[in-house]
This record gives sequence, C-alpha cells and structure tokens, in this order.
Amino acid sequence: MSEPVTKAKLATVWLDGCSGCHMSFLDMDERLLEVAARAELVYSPLVDRKDFPEIVDITLVEGAVSSEEDLRKIRHIREHTRVLVSLGDCAVAGNVPTMRNPFGVEPVLSRAYDENVTAPAPRPRGVIPVLLQAARPVHAVVPVDVYIPGCPPSAETIHYAVSELLAGRKPELRKLTRFGA
Amino acid sequence: MAGRVLTCQIDGQDVSGLEESTILEVAREHHIRIPTLCHVPGLPEAGACRVCLVEVEGAARLLPACVTRIAEGMKVKTESERLLKYRRMTVEMLFAERNHICSVCVSNGHCDLQWLAQTLGVDHIRFPYRYPALPVDSSHARFVADHNRCVLCLRCVRVCGEIEGAHTWDVMGRGADCLVITDLAQPWGESASCTSCGKCVQVCPTGALSEKGKSAGEMAKQRRFLPYLTLMRGGNHV
Repeated sequence: MSEPVTKAKLATVWLDGCSGCHMSFLDMDERLLEVAARAELVYSPLVDRKDFPEIVDITLVEGAVSSEEDLRKIRHIREHTRVLVSLGDCAVAGNVPTMRNPFGVEPVLSRAYDENVTAPAPRPRGVIPVLLQAARPVHAVVPVDVYIPGCPPSAETIHYAVSELLAGRKPELRKLTRFGA
Repeated sequence: MAGRVLTCQIDGQDVSGLEESTILEVAREHHIRIPTLCHVPGLPEAGACRVCLVEVEGAARLLPACVTRIAEGMKVKTESERLLKYRRMTVEMLFAERNHICSVCVSNGHCDLQWLAQTLGVDHIRFPYRYPALPVDSSHARFVADHNRCVLCLRCVRVCGEIEGAHTWDVMGRGADCLVITDLAQPWGESASCTSCGKCVQVCPTGALSEKGKSAGEMAKQRRFLPYLTLMRGGNHV
C-alpha cells in the first residue's frame, strides 16, 4: 500500500461569517473521504494548526472582511495561496456582515454596548479585533480566483467546485448556485 | 385596424411583425430570448433598466429592444460578447447601487434581479458597493417599501398610474438620489390616493415592495392578472 504521490494542499478560512459555509463543507459527508484522498487539509478551523502554511494550493474563504484582523489574515493568506476561492455570499458579496455599513461603526457599537444592555458594558480594547469602517467582500481587498455564491453553497456545489479545482479546472457554477441560494 | 407587416432579421433568422411592434415583442413571438428587467407583460414600456440592449446593424449605439420599433430590413443581434458585457455590467451596477442582501430578503428565490444575475453568469460584483443609507417605509397597514432593494424599474409607478389609475407612486430626485415615492413623498400609510390594491407589490421585481408578515424567501409575486386587466381596458401590451 502506498500513498498517492503528492496531495494538493487545501485550506479553509473563517472570517466574518456564521460558519454555515463550513457546516455545508462538512455536509459533504462521505465525499469528504474522496476529497481527503486527493488533498490534505493543512489549515482550517476544523484542524489544529495555528499558522498558515508557506504555500497552499487551494484556500476556501468563508466570510466578509470586517475587522483589521480579517484584513491582516486575508492579505497574508493571499500571498501564500495559489488559488483563492470566495466561498459563500459573505465572502463573495459581503452579505449580512455588510448590513452595518450604511450606519457606520460607532452606531453599531453603541447599539451593542450601550442601547441593548441591562448593565453598562465597557467597549472592548485590544483583545477583540477593531472593526473596519465597512465590511467588504474578499475581492474588494485582495484578488480572488473563483467565486462560489450561496448562503451557504450546498454540499453538492462545494463538492463539485473542490473536485474541479483539484483536477486543475475552473468550476462552472452558474447552474448550481446563485446569490442567496 | 391592422398595420403593415414588416420583415426583418433577428440573430440571422427571418422574422416578421406588425409595424408598431418592438424588437422585444417580435423576438418573443419567435421564441428568441432577450433578457429584461423593467419590462413586464401587460404594462407600457419604460426603457428604464437597459438590460434588453441589442445590436442593430447601422446603429452606432446599442438600442433597448423593449422601446425600439422594428423597421423593414432591420438586422438585429440579441447575443454577442459585447452585449453580454454590457448586460452584466448593468446588473452588477444595480447590485452595487443599493443594499441587496439576498439571503435575508423576502424575495429570495423569487427575485428577477437575482435570476438575471444567475442567468448572465454574474457571480460577483466588480464595482465598489455604495452602501447608501436608505429608508424602509412600513407605515402602510399591509405593505412595506424597502428602498434598499429597489432597482428603479418603475413597474410600480406604471401599474399604479396606468392600470389601477391611482398614480400614488411617482419618482423623486435624480441620479443616486432617485427614489420612488408615494403621493408627495409622504408615508405610504398616509397616502390619500393609494387604494391598497397591491398591484405595485405584485409587479415589483425584487423585495422592494412586499406584503407584511412575509419572512425570508416567502414573497412570491402573482403577475398573471396583468395581461388580462390590460386587455379588458382595451390595451394590447404583450
């Protein structure tokens, strides 16, 4: 028994999203074994590695870019990724995280820390990442190679897209998914 | 009084139509697909969205099929790389212009804008989103107007003025400040002219106008009444 010669390096990242796209990824169920035979999951909220590897073949990004931390992460990840994939509406279009944009940061924090509390709550300092003035889709801050809309994209859509990417092809997703799917 | 029949070519196919017909009408009669957004069967055309642009031989610019009449010997192209480019751009700008959050929208899965994006292969928006602060008017007892989701197709204005005859809806402001309004920009619930017929809600292509109490994805619109109503009023809009 010998291992396949080389496996592709696959990563998934969770920025400002609800983790629904990662849940949908896990919904591939037994097809995960098929993916695992062809790719190694080298970095993900689902595995226990803290630092992003030197070079990753395919990175799936869930979530919008909402904080300085998100921005720092995605810039680093872009530099160390061959094919960057926006997975789901938050990464592709901003989606729910961008609903705060018309209001600005201060009214949003005020709603959370002043208006909707029973006891005064201090504003976070230092530990919680600072919000950007506006949440943005991933491609607004770094170049993106493949877009998979959907909220979340179905397990079938993700399986097809990942399989195509692992085969070195660009997935044709128009019939499978759309914004809000 | 029947008009003259003209012959022309659409996508290389010889077609004919009455001389008053638009390119869109003749194309649809011959099962040639042209994507549209502001067009809705039964309403007079507005030419507001530019999604139905076509190439006409000899014309320097692209022409909207919904308001361009056919002419004898006219040669029309409804599909090309250039047209796809402009149609995509138009749809992307509609998304960038306001706050369209499909996943939480009452019209998710029943939306003409969403469907158009999918069929044109728009899988992301290349232009910067504007994120304007726009009002939601829920003052009406049965309906809601959410300007975040409005594409200014003017279907509501047309159906209210031309079919219901109330002319509650109109347009205010220019460019990025353009809004549909009820009466003289008064809350919809306080409108003296609105008959609460709900036709505007049914023809709205997105979730901008919806019935109260609908949750995400629940607002499917009913539009089959329109051609019938128009016919009964002596019109002939296809």
